[in-house]
Amino acid sequence: MDDDGLPTLAVWKFASCDGCQLTLLDCEDELLAVAGRVRIAHFLEASRAVLPGPYDVSLVEGSITTPEDAERIQRVRQMSRTLVTIGACATAGGVQALRNFADVDEFTSVVYAQPRYVSTLATSTPIAAHVDVDYELHGCPIDRRQLLEVITALLVGRKPNIPAHSVCFECKQRHAVCVVVAHGTPCLGPVTHAGCGALCPAHQRGCYGCFGPMESPNAAAEAGLLRATGMSEADIVRAYRTFNAAAPAFVELSRVTVGPPPAAGPGEVETERR
Amino acid sequence: MTHRSDRTLDVRALARVEGEGAMHVRVRGGAVEDVRLEIYEPPRFFEAFLRGRRYTEPPDITARICGICPVAYQMSACAAIEDACGVRVDGPIADLRRLLYCGEWIESHTLHIYLLHAPDFLGYPSALELAKDRRDLVERGLALKKAGNAIVELLGGRAIHPINVRVGGFYRAPAPSELAALARTLRVALDQALDTVQWAAGFEFPDFHHDHEMLALTTDGRYAIEGGTVATTGGLTFGPGDFEQHVIEEQVPHSTALHARLADRGRYLVGPAARYTLNRRWLSPLAREAADAAGLGEQCRNPYRSILVRAVEVVYAVEEALRLIDAYEPPARPAVDVPPRAGVGFGATEAPRGILFHRYGLDAEGLITTARIVPPTSQNQASIEDDLRRFVAARLDFDDERLTAECEQAIRNYDPCISCSTHFLDLTIDRG
Repeated sequence: MDDDGLPTLAVWKFASCDGCQLTLLDCEDELLAVAGRVRIAHFLEASRAVLPGPYDVSLVEGSITTPEDAERIQRVRQMSRTLVTIGACATAGGVQALRNFADVDEFTSVVYAQPRYVSTLATSTPIAAHVDVDYELHGCPIDRRQLLEVITALLVGRKPNIPAHSVCFECKQRHAVCVVVAHGTPCLGPVTHAGCGALCPAHQRGCYGCFGPMESPNAAAEAGLLRATGMSEADIVRAYRTFNAAAPAFVELSRVTVGPPPAAGPGEVETERR
Repeated sequence: MTHRSDRTLDVRALARVEGEGAMHVRVRGGAVEDVRLEIYEPPRFFEAFLRGRRYTEPPDITARICGICPVAYQMSACAAIEDACGVRVDGPIADLRRLLYCGEWIESHTLHIYLLHAPDFLGYPSALELAKDRRDLVERGLALKKAGNAIVELLGGRAIHPINVRVGGFYRAPAPSELAALARTLRVALDQALDTVQWAAGFEFPDFHHDHEMLALTTDGRYAIEGGTVATTGGLTFGPGDFEQHVIEEQVPHSTALHARLADRGRYLVGPAARYTLNRRWLSPLAREAADAAGLGEQCRNPYRSILVRAVEVVYAVEEALRLIDAYEPPARPAVDVPPRAGVGFGATEAPRGILFHRYGLDAEGLITTARIVPPTSQNQASIEDDLRRFVAARLDFDDERLTAECEQAIRNYDPCISCSTHFLDLTIDRG
């Protein structure tokens, strides 16, 4: 609490696209109301004014990809009473965690003529791999309604009500036709964390897993379902290895899904597995 | 503090920009010795990990480069991949793409005008502080931004990282009745956009001019957004396929963003001021009238006035969105088939911050073999540094605090989208 008696809120960015903290500014109808209930003490996307810590609540966006950021997150943790990670980068390494399955020096040489100028880690890791995290909010990007639920819950000191069930529940709730059953479209909905409101099935495409794994996904059943829709093993591995590539359940799913190598042409899959 | 011929000044955080970086200015013997915009946003290697992905994936993956302008990445990716596959998308699907892009221009420009840039002119650290005195103004900005997001949400599924865009078009095309509801929102937004131009025209603009060569897409008959031919104020014209012959990217030690220059010509500028200067005649009459009333001339050479150009472009984008909605006939199918083939394709569109170029190489199965992405901010880096060099040289008598604040504003003029990302712009002015 600061002098006004208002809880202080800080927003931090690590390797990311800015989309999750932008979600806060995209709460066009609620932003000024939220700003009246907290003291925004550190939110550089929104304000030059920075108050010293400690902070009651820190929202952390982005993953850890540099030695400097591995140190910075420790300082952020020390200054934060409650630390909430927001989004796929902060909770699962983000799309930049695709380097975890590759040779980062080779990656650097593809993008930069002088790789020696670039300081980067071989991995992109979630915040929880470095410090204790009090709460994780999934999504690439996070959902505006879930963000407001977390902020308001923390303000009154209760546990946020964020269900960990699958996208399929939301699909049924909005009476969307199941794209797998109706059209044979590949869909990660059965193993993906709810939160988006089943956006993709409602737009006649399969879920591509941007909210990361649900609680206790059924890997074998999903593998069978994806194969039945015609996805190759390589397609399936790529689907899991996208925006939540470092989420343990998705890493595990991609392994279970691949299963025993197919009779012909296993080389490609094996190469991707590393 | 003032009038020192050698000075050092550190500011740890440049706020209200997108991206992680540092500004370094060194003054020696009363002269600006060195100016560097140091972008240290951690590299994320999109061009590397796109290799081996299927040709249908870049619209989803490259959207994640930027939360503020994901549509630009999706549109340039689709254009390049369709070019590689020899497919041309036109008719209602192309119109829906332009409409979606109008939504992004409105939300991104309004975000920059109200939340990032205007507080500089009004002497507030943030729009949230401004709201304590002038809640009506900030509410107007948020409502206008929301109208832009409403377009992106309807056509794209969500405002950040839209899910409804695919190579060849969309997964689902909206019903005319859905667009009619949007049109009601946009008619209100048009008044808000016109009020925004008028409001920003009242700001005090420092007297500062630059002579950078300007580069933007141009299309005969309308203001270029989702495609066109590249043109420069120096008289160059070329297609997106020749972009890499004319634009040379170089790595510099102090930045994780590559520096771009025009071959044999040097630094150049992209973005709203460049678009306005090259394409003003294609603005709608109402947008041109607003520009005239705001005091914008035939061209915009004062970077501080870029806020006015953004406001004028918002007027244009709202009007254009209304026009496209009015003319909308749903396509028979929401996307055209794009069968893969081996080849290379090029795509360039006008992101809110300027031209965004993509190139992809595909193999016969449609797996990506090479990818190249040239975002607007890296193209502007050299021009921003040049502005700062001249800007600081003319203001060496300012005290450190004021000079620093004004340098930050000078950078914000360009709405840099540094990762496209945030905000640890670590501003160092070394005068000692």
